[in-house]
Amino acid sequence: MLGDYFILSLKNLKHRGIRSWLTLLGIFIGIAAVVSLITLGNGLQAAVGAQFGVSSTEIITVQAGGLNAYGPPGSGVVNSLTIEDARAIEKLSLVNRAIRRNLPSGRLEFNDIAVFGNVMSIPSGDDKKFSYEMMELETEAGRLLKDSDRNRVMLGYNFYADKVGLEKAIKIGDKVSIQGESLVMQDYEVIGLLKKKGSLIFDNIVYMNEEPLEDLMGYGDDVDLIAVHVKSSDLVDKAKEDIEKLMRRRRNVKEGEEDFDVSTPQAMMATVNTVLGGVQAFIVIIASISIIVGAIGIVNTMTTSVLERRQEIGIMKAIGARNSNVFMQFLVESGLMGLIGGIAGVLVGMLIGYAGTAGISSFIGSEIPLSMNWSLIIFSLAGSFGVGAAAGIVPAMQAAKQNPVDALRG
Amino acid sequence: MKKGEEALIQLKDVSKYYHMGDNVVKAVDGVDISISKGDFVAIMGPSGSGKSTAMNLVGSLDIPSKGKIFLDGEDISQMDESDLAQVRGKKIGFIFQNFNLIPNLTVKENVMLPMMFQGLDSFERAKIAEELLEKVELDDRMDHYPNQISGGQMQRVAIARALANDPDVILADEPTGNLDTKTGEKVMAFLKKLNQEGKTIIMVTHEPELAEAYARRVFWLKDGKVEKVTQKKNGFNVAKLEKQLFKKDKKKSKKKRGK
Repeated sequence: MLGDYFILSLKNLKHRGIRSWLTLLGIFIGIAAVVSLITLGNGLQAAVGAQFGVSSTEIITVQAGGLNAYGPPGSGVVNSLTIEDARAIEKLSLVNRAIRRNLPSGRLEFNDIAVFGNVMSIPSGDDKKFSYEMMELETEAGRLLKDSDRNRVMLGYNFYADKVGLEKAIKIGDKVSIQGESLVMQDYEVIGLLKKKGSLIFDNIVYMNEEPLEDLMGYGDDVDLIAVHVKSSDLVDKAKEDIEKLMRRRRNVKEGEEDFDVSTPQAMMATVNTVLGGVQAFIVIIASISIIVGAIGIVNTMTTSVLERRQEIGIMKAIGARNSNVFMQFLVESGLMGLIGGIAGVLVGMLIGYAGTAGISSFIGSEIPLSMNWSLIIFSLAGSFGVGAAAGIVPAMQAAKQNPVDALRG
Repeated sequence: MKKGEEALIQLKDVSKYYHMGDNVVKAVDGVDISISKGDFVAIMGPSGSGKSTAMNLVGSLDIPSKGKIFLDGEDISQMDESDLAQVRGKKIGFIFQNFNLIPNLTVKENVMLPMMFQGLDSFERAKIAEELLEKVELDDRMDHYPNQISGGQMQRVAIARALANDPDVILADEPTGNLDTKTGEKVMAFLKKLNQEGKTIIMVTHEPELAEAYARRVFWLKDGKVEKVTQKKNGFNVAKLEKQLFKKDKKKSKKKRGK
């Protein structure tokens, strides 16, 4: 029976004039805005997530200065973290290991061109293997650094693809010069080129074992960042508290006045999500207004349609249609109008969303997978049908309560 | 109606009043009409006689202000609109002067529609619709839209639609009013055939020739009242009777017919 209403409604809608379709613009624009922005937002989230370079949820990052310090971790910080801090953190009961990482900036020369960037320290021993796994580093060419490699470096993907401005792609075995503490240039052999990570940080960085890096840069006991591996992902929040307590004691600061930052991947993503959420909420409000305008349009069109089709209503009643039959007929028709606006909106919205995501992808040089957000699509379509049907309630009631004798007269 | 024979439709002292401002218009005023199963009845009268209102009441499209209406023994005088629609859909088939087909539906879909409201599944509906269209000799026009067929064909579609739920009664309101004589005759021939097959036919008309040729009994309405009931077996001449009864209105009704 419900299927019959849909068939009849489709037949009736087929004969509608352009005027009816124009009233769907509101629904169309609203749904298109929501779908495109959520698709785009998901893409952005994926892109931002990739920037952290770490997919593990068991990793806590500790750095000095707090998240508000611009520039690479540890830069511009007066009171740096130290090797001792890392050792103390590693002794905490919930912590598996604490890996020190330094990220000094420096000047790299190749092909007679100099570029500025960062070098990341790679720890030795067990921590090395763990770091590789955690950061998911794999080579595109060559091999990963071993503990015995002293005058050797690995380079991020962008060196290989030459997106760093050296005007020549670096190959395995090439020599690059990196400027050290005393402005002396030191040569390093490129031993590995890493696979693309889709992260502006990890793809643009030089990787070096920690001892040769300290020898070159001379930062002593200072540590830019401590990556803490927690025993289980359920314990991350508890471990974060323990680390904060420990660090407050070690650095002698009060709660609320921390000059360091302990962040979990979830927390970082949450920050990003908050910003994205704000943007999305704004768009949703705008889209809602558009949809409301669209709904009013449908009310208008359906009311006109009820008046125009009085005779048809009369005929339906004469041949046995109950009030509920007439009501359902108009309600489904109204819902279908909304749904058609919704389908168009979803299609165009996805197109815009994907085009936008592709644009962001090529801009930041990462590959964001274009995924079909089925729940978004289904929710949008159901929502547009619902809005259409809701808009049709009053006109459908008007249609249903027509007196057959008067209605037949037209 | 013979004594002991149960009436299919019975109007007992039925009145229908309309309020127009402060005035009360008595469209139908104290009418008794009884129609038995298998009859072929005409309701005649000039415009303004209450003929249309009487038809609406007989066809259970409307409920009376006063009095009782029985359809197949059931009192429908105070039924609510939805229940009335169900009863009507099952027991009465309508044929209108201006065909009243739904323009957005094909011929076949138009015939299927009344069955949808009775809850038949679509396969059954399609099957019955095809049979009925074959019966009215329109099986080659099933997928045409109403605007693609002639008036006579449209009225035959309307007949098929009226038969969709196999009703006891066919109520035809000026069935030939919009048709030329020849096509009108064809439509009437179908009605006559249906009557012979046992359907009760109630025809509302202002054409005495039509009533004379087909109806067994004629209810003459004037000023909202049944002025006279005539039976064919008495060998009445409808045209002559009309002349006697509605001398004054004759001109008016002729004028209307000429439109």
